Amino acid sequence: MYLLATDLWFILEKAILIACIIGLSFFIAMYTTYAERKVAGWLQDRHGPNRAGPFGIFQPLADGGKLFFKEEIIPLASNKILFLAGPGLAMITSLVTSTVIPWGAPVATAHGAIPLQVADVDMGILIVFSVVSVGVYGIMIGGWASNNKFSLIAAIRGASQMVSYELPMGLALIAVIFMTGSLKMSEIVASQAANGWHIIYQPLGFIIFFVCALAECNRTPFDLPEAENELNFGYHQEYSSMKLGFYLFAEYINMFVSSAVITTLYFGGYDIPFVNEAAWGLEPWLLSLISFAVLMTKIAFFLFLFIWIRWTIPRFRYDQLMNLGWKKLIPLALVNMIISAAVMLWLRK
Amino acid sequence: MQLTNRAKAVDRRPMTFLESIYLWNIAKGMGITISHLFKRKATIQYPEQKRSFSKVFRGLHVLNRDAEGRENCTACGLCAVACPAEAITMEAAERLPGEEHLYREEKYAARYEINMLRCIFCGLCEEACPKDAIYLSQTFAPANYGRKGFIYKKEELLIPHPVTDKEAYEKALGDRATKN
Repeated sequence: MYLLATDLWFILEKAILIACIIGLSFFIAMYTTYAERKVAGWLQDRHGPNRAGPFGIFQPLADGGKLFFKEEIIPLASNKILFLAGPGLAMITSLVTSTVIPWGAPVATAHGAIPLQVADVDMGILIVFSVVSVGVYGIMIGGWASNNKFSLIAAIRGASQMVSYELPMGLALIAVIFMTGSLKMSEIVASQAANGWHIIYQPLGFIIFFVCALAECNRTPFDLPEAENELNFGYHQEYSSMKLGFYLFAEYINMFVSSAVITTLYFGGYDIPFVNEAAWGLEPWLLSLISFAVLMTKIAFFLFLFIWIRWTIPRFRYDQLMNLGWKKLIPLALVNMIISAAVMLWLRK
Repeated sequence: MQLTNRAKAVDRRPMTFLESIYLWNIAKGMGITISHLFKRKATIQYPEQKRSFSKVFRGLHVLNRDAEGRENCTACGLCAVACPAEAITMEAAERLPGEEHLYREEKYAARYEINMLRCIFCGLCEEACPKDAIYLSQTFAPANYGRKGFIYKKEELLIPHPVTDKEAYEKALGDRATKN
């Protein structure tokens, strides 16, 4: 009878929030593809797409429409069930991560505050990490089920890359958790609003985290799973039509969500910098809206940074990737963790 | 032994720790790319903007007319003989009384075809022509759905009338033709 006893309004509120966040993720991911092509053009002294609509703003729609109408090819020798499951899994995991991110300051109403967060669970950031680890399966299953050597090699590369970069990422994160004393995303944001952003105290941790986030998203310089010149197209080589679209799209949603996570962990989440917004005496919903806009601006900056890096540096070689991960980032993250622990201990006494 | 004094010694020292985490060099690279964000774009927006051709550009052919709009061509066949790709075919006909305003001389080309798939745009037909009748213009990039469409007939080759359609005539003429 527990389910019936649950507040229906609560379910409705969460359902609306989930729908909004999924819609937002899709919209942002769509326009990140557009931004990617535009910025790539600008950085290479070109214009980028500018034919579909004014400034080419309908380009993502045209791309999506094209992918829908492409012929769907499922290789005969592939494992059909897994082949179909691969892109779906990649998409689901990239969307699920966004549940624990606080998207704005809670809206205070007469019936209590409505948090702009789907689930404010006690171990919020760990959920992000566990789901991101499952994200490997999208690549693994897709590459393996294709029954193609290139896909398989790419999938193995991708899996080993993601597993090895999760370690320094987690170690960098531990230093952040030392400072907040909580895994709850809302408390991580609240403590940053009170004591200053974590980037001030954890610059090294941020750099490590950011590099690992690049690797987790399979972005250049760590896009080895889809190395065009050596593996043809990597794990999604056998995919066509909208299944390929799902893989590519999931990558952009991953980018969006990881930008949101970076912002939440190191750049104060929805906190508005340099001001005490509570003193303005604005309507609570307006304040929430402003905080959401601030969060989106920060996320947009990180998305630009992702794109900027992609069009600046070439891909790492596989041995360079592994050396960087295991011999550089993990020791650095460990040192960062120990130093922050020592400083925290020293300050307490 | 050194052949020139421009050789640069390659630094093969192992990377220092700072270099081996790549960050500084990546930051420098990002500085370079961001500076390109504000540079002038090299693109020419093709259908709207066109870049000007050299004076000697050899594009599609035109059959020229004289100042009164009469066809210059007398179907002598010298262009067809000169053509190394054998792209030109023609059939001559005699001018009838009352057609003086159409053809400049007593003989004219009733049929004149250039196969644009064979043509190599060398301009030898233009050099061979004693009547200033054929010129390579500055139109280019023909497109078609079938091979047949690339065999240009007289209707496609003939230049617009210089008296009734002056603007189109000037446009089609290009820089190579003798202006009359």
